[in-house]
Order: sequence, then structure tokens, then C-alpha cells
Amino acid sequence: MNIVLLVKQVPDTTEMKIDKVTGTLIRTGVPTIINPDDLAAVEEALILKEKYDARITIVTMGPPQAEEMLREILGRGADEAYLLSDARFAGADTWATSTTLAAFLKTLPYDLILAGRQAIDGDTAQVGPQTAEKLHILQVTYVEEIIKLENGRMIVKKAYETFSEILEVPLPCLLTTLNTMNQPRGMNVYDAWRAYQKPLTKITFDDLDLPLSQVGLKGSPTQVKKTFTRTIQAGSLNENLSSRDAAKLIASTLKAYME
Amino acid sequence: MVTKDIYVFAQQTDSVFENVVFELLSEARKLCDTIRSSRPDFNVVAVLLGHHVKASANALFEHGADQVIVCDHKSLAHYSTEKYTDVVSRIITTYHPDSLLIGATVVGRDLAPRIAARVDTGLTADATKIEIDPTGEHPTQLWITRPAFGGNLFGTIVCPNHRPQMSTIRPNVLDSDFFQHGRTGEIIEFGFEDETETLVKFLQRIPKEEHGVNIAKARIIFSGGRGMSGHFDLLEECARSVGGVVAASRGAVDMGEAPKDVQVGQTGKTVRPTLYIACGISGAVQHTAGMDKSEYIIAINKDPQAAIFSVATLGIVGDALEILPHLAEEIRKLQQHSES
Repeated sequence: MNIVLLVKQVPDTTEMKIDKVTGTLIRTGVPTIINPDDLAAVEEALILKEKYDARITIVTMGPPQAEEMLREILGRGADEAYLLSDARFAGADTWATSTTLAAFLKTLPYDLILAGRQAIDGDTAQVGPQTAEKLHILQVTYVEEIIKLENGRMIVKKAYETFSEILEVPLPCLLTTLNTMNQPRGMNVYDAWRAYQKPLTKITFDDLDLPLSQVGLKGSPTQVKKTFTRTIQAGSLNENLSSRDAAKLIASTLKAYME
Repeated sequence: MVTKDIYVFAQQTDSVFENVVFELLSEARKLCDTIRSSRPDFNVVAVLLGHHVKASANALFEHGADQVIVCDHKSLAHYSTEKYTDVVSRIITTYHPDSLLIGATVVGRDLAPRIAARVDTGLTADATKIEIDPTGEHPTQLWITRPAFGGNLFGTIVCPNHRPQMSTIRPNVLDSDFFQHGRTGEIIEFGFEDETETLVKFLQRIPKEEHGVNIAKARIIFSGGRGMSGHFDLLEECARSVGGVVAASRGAVDMGEAPKDVQVGQTGKTVRPTLYIACGISGAVQHTAGMDKSEYIIAINKDPQAAIFSVATLGIVGDALEILPHLAEEIRKLQQHSES
């Protein structure tokens, strides 16, 4: 079985700070991590590899430094990696990203594609389904458990808001995974060493059968008009109130919300 | 190709609509009324897929739809990515809507990207605000605002050259304030001949394991942090008296003060109640990420420098352990007053 993992290197958004003068995000010094939902996909791929003797190919689109992440996942046990990196891919929205990924994936053998549900920088959850659509394959999103693989069919548990569903989906298909589904294994020194013994190939625009009009910022149907940081509404801060007066103040607000 | 109308996907289960459908219809109603000053032919159109669902179209008219496109077929009785993508995409290529709004539910976030990729248009995810181009240059262009980078940054997205303009919109953010009892409209039946089986098979539905209250749906939340250690009963008392629930910060959960189910924050649940009362919570990003979209936030903390005050609408510097018993008394007074 051939498993393809779609992963993304993201800034650790919990470490992000805002420049109070310019009102922009401070990106320098923010550590990059494997996107948490994608890390769950990595672990699931490794579990499937152990059970069903699968070959794992990792694919990412990103800047050259995403190689670090690919090496780490190779260290964890993936077999080979591809880094789609080209200045012409930059600024792609989810449509252009999935178009680019799908154009490359068409050149690979795959039975199962695993991707994280969403990346913590954009939080769109769109690239997985859009890639599946461009490849004309089935999808199950929000997978919280891969139960088994049987006769070419995956049995999975999908999370909804207030319930879950058990679904059966024939291969080939794309699943998007939730970070709560497993506990990713750790790495050791040997893993780090073996990461550098495995093939990692860089792919540029010229390697793909795609018109330039479908990639990057110019190939994106959506455009960012403006960005801004959250303006914190400085609410009223009340100091030196007695406990009773504070309670009265809260109650006066609470009153409007009581049934 | 001239496109027109704002379409809203009317997600339902057994003819019961998701609340977000009514929120989207109200919003579409407002947008449409603005657009009509330059394009009087624009309508709000709800797209209703399911089986034996036609009768429920009335609720969509009452909440703001001018027309409802109904596709009624037994293979649409249960949500299926394949079938729903097929039908909605065919509706788009038949009627050429100018925009399509879908609730950012699990179903909506599964369906919308698939449709956008099929019909090759732009899709904005998980929006929190929609407006018509404020510059007036493009009177039907939507400016769609959404958070990114874990809520640290907001982006306003446009889709200038592709139609429909698509967006998923976060539930509980927009008001569902449009309602006219008895309002009617036109039903358009959309044929669906497909008799093929759904390839992804539904096997079983499993209720989520719930150990207690569902804080994600609560209107009023009394939340406690380490500062409430040993006194969560005070929160319980206040919450119960106003029909609210008790939640907790990670710190309090780690100390065993409350179950993991009611933990609010990045590693817990995201809540958006109308009123969130944070008691003895310092307000680390890990916590505020899960509650800062609450409509009204009251924070009580002894430390005037506590980060929680930066997201609070009303901040009280003081000891929650002393204030809450008084608050319980004030609530009792309010209730007696309203009863008498």
C-alpha cells in the first residue's frame, strides 16, 4: 500500500506576538512546528505501515526551510519526501495550493492520502478536500479514529459537533485527521541520523504539468484585501470596589442575560 | 456570464435546520437589500437538499429567503460529500449565483471546499464578518473577514474574478434577527436523477461521550481558575441560579477542580456564550483563545495586571471568593423582584 502524507510546516501560533507600534505580527523568533493535525496523520501513517506494510511518501509545499520538517518525518519512519518549493508558488490560496499539490500527486502512486484537518496558521481546512476533488477521489474529513483497513476499504470514525459516525470508504481516498486521535511517538538519535539517508526531492513549477496562471498568488481566486490585528476593546476596569458593590455591578450586567 | 443572487446552503437534519442557516439568511437579507439599490434583480435564495424536506421551506422564507431551491431525493436523506457536492455544483452551473454562503459546521467545512474546487471559484473559510465592498466600486463584491494565526490576525478576503463568491461562516457570530411570520416565497424544484449508490457508506452513528454539561452550547458560563481552588461550589451556585454552566481553566482542571470536559482554551473547548464570567483566571493566551469571542466578558481577578482584563468587557479587581457570595445574593434579589 502506498500512503501519501500531506503536511505543512507552520509557525507556532501560541508563541506569536503582535508589534504594538505597527500592529503587525512579529514572525521573527517564532518557532516553526509540524502542524498538529498533520502530526496525527504522520503517526497514523506509521501505525498503518506497521500493520499493512505500507510505503510512506511525504509531500509538502512551502519555503526551502520546510526541508527540516521533512527530515524529521523521515526520521520518524517515512520513506521518501518531496518538497514543492518555488517562488512562483508563493501566495497561493487553497484553490491554487490544491491545484499544485494535485498536479504533483497525479505523478505518484497512492492508495491513501492522509492530511491534517487544518493548519493552525490559516485554519481553513480546505486544502485536503480541494486536493481530493482535483484528484477525483473520495474523502472523509475530521477523522478521529482509523479503525481498520479491510478488503481495500478504510473503516473510520468521523467527528461531528455532537456525535460521531462510523464510515466505510473504499481506496483510493483522502482522509483528514484530528490531532486528538493519537499520541505521536518520540524521536531518538538513530532516527535523526536515518532521516538523512532517505531520498528528499525538490520539485519546482517546471516539473509540473500546469499553466502558470493556476499557481501562486496570481493563480488564486481569492485575494487578501487587507490584514489587521485584533483591537482589544479596552473594557472598563474597576478597582477599589467593595465586594458588595462589585457584586452589584456584575448583577446589573447579568440581569440583561437572565431568562 | 451575468451572475445574480445570494445563495445560502440550508443545512438540516430531519427537517431541523442548523441555527447558522437562519444567521446566514438574516445576513444575506441585509446584504441583498443593500445590493438591490444597484441590482434590484438580486434575491436571497436558500438551497435545500434532503428527503421529504419541502415542507420545511416555509421556515426559510420566514427567515429571509425569497426563493428556495429544493432538491428532494432519497440519496440526499443523509449528508454525503459526493452527492451533496454533485447537486450543489449542478445548481451553481444551472443558475449562476453571485455568492454562496455556507455555515462553517463540520458538514459545511467538508462540503464547501469540495464545491469550490469543482466549480473553480474562491472560498473563504470560517468568516466572522461579511460586508459589501465599502469603497462602492464593486456594488456586488463581498468583503469577507476572517481570523488567522490562531486569532492573532484578521484578513479581509475578496474574490474579484470568479463566481460564485463562496464563504463558510462561523456559527454563533452573526445575528439571526430577521423573522416575518407567514412570509412566503417561490419554491423551485431541482431534479436529481442519479440512482448510483453512495460510495462512502454510513455504518453507524455514535453519540459523543458526555460526562456532564455541554459548555460549547451554554449561554452563560461561570468559569473558574486556580484562584477558585476549593470553592467551585460558589461558581455552581451562581451558574445554576441563572441557568448557566460552570467551566474551568486548564490550571483548575489540572488541579482536579473540574473535569476535562469543561476545560476552556486551546487544549480544551472553544466557547462563545453571550456572557462569560472569568473568576480567578489569569488569562494566558491558552485560555483566552477558547473564550475571547464570547459576547460579553466579565473578569474578576485580584491582580490588576492580569492578562484576562485585556479581553474583558467589564473588569473587576477583587477577590472572586468574596464577591461571588454577594453576587449569589444579588441574583436572588433580582429573581424575587421579577417574580413579584
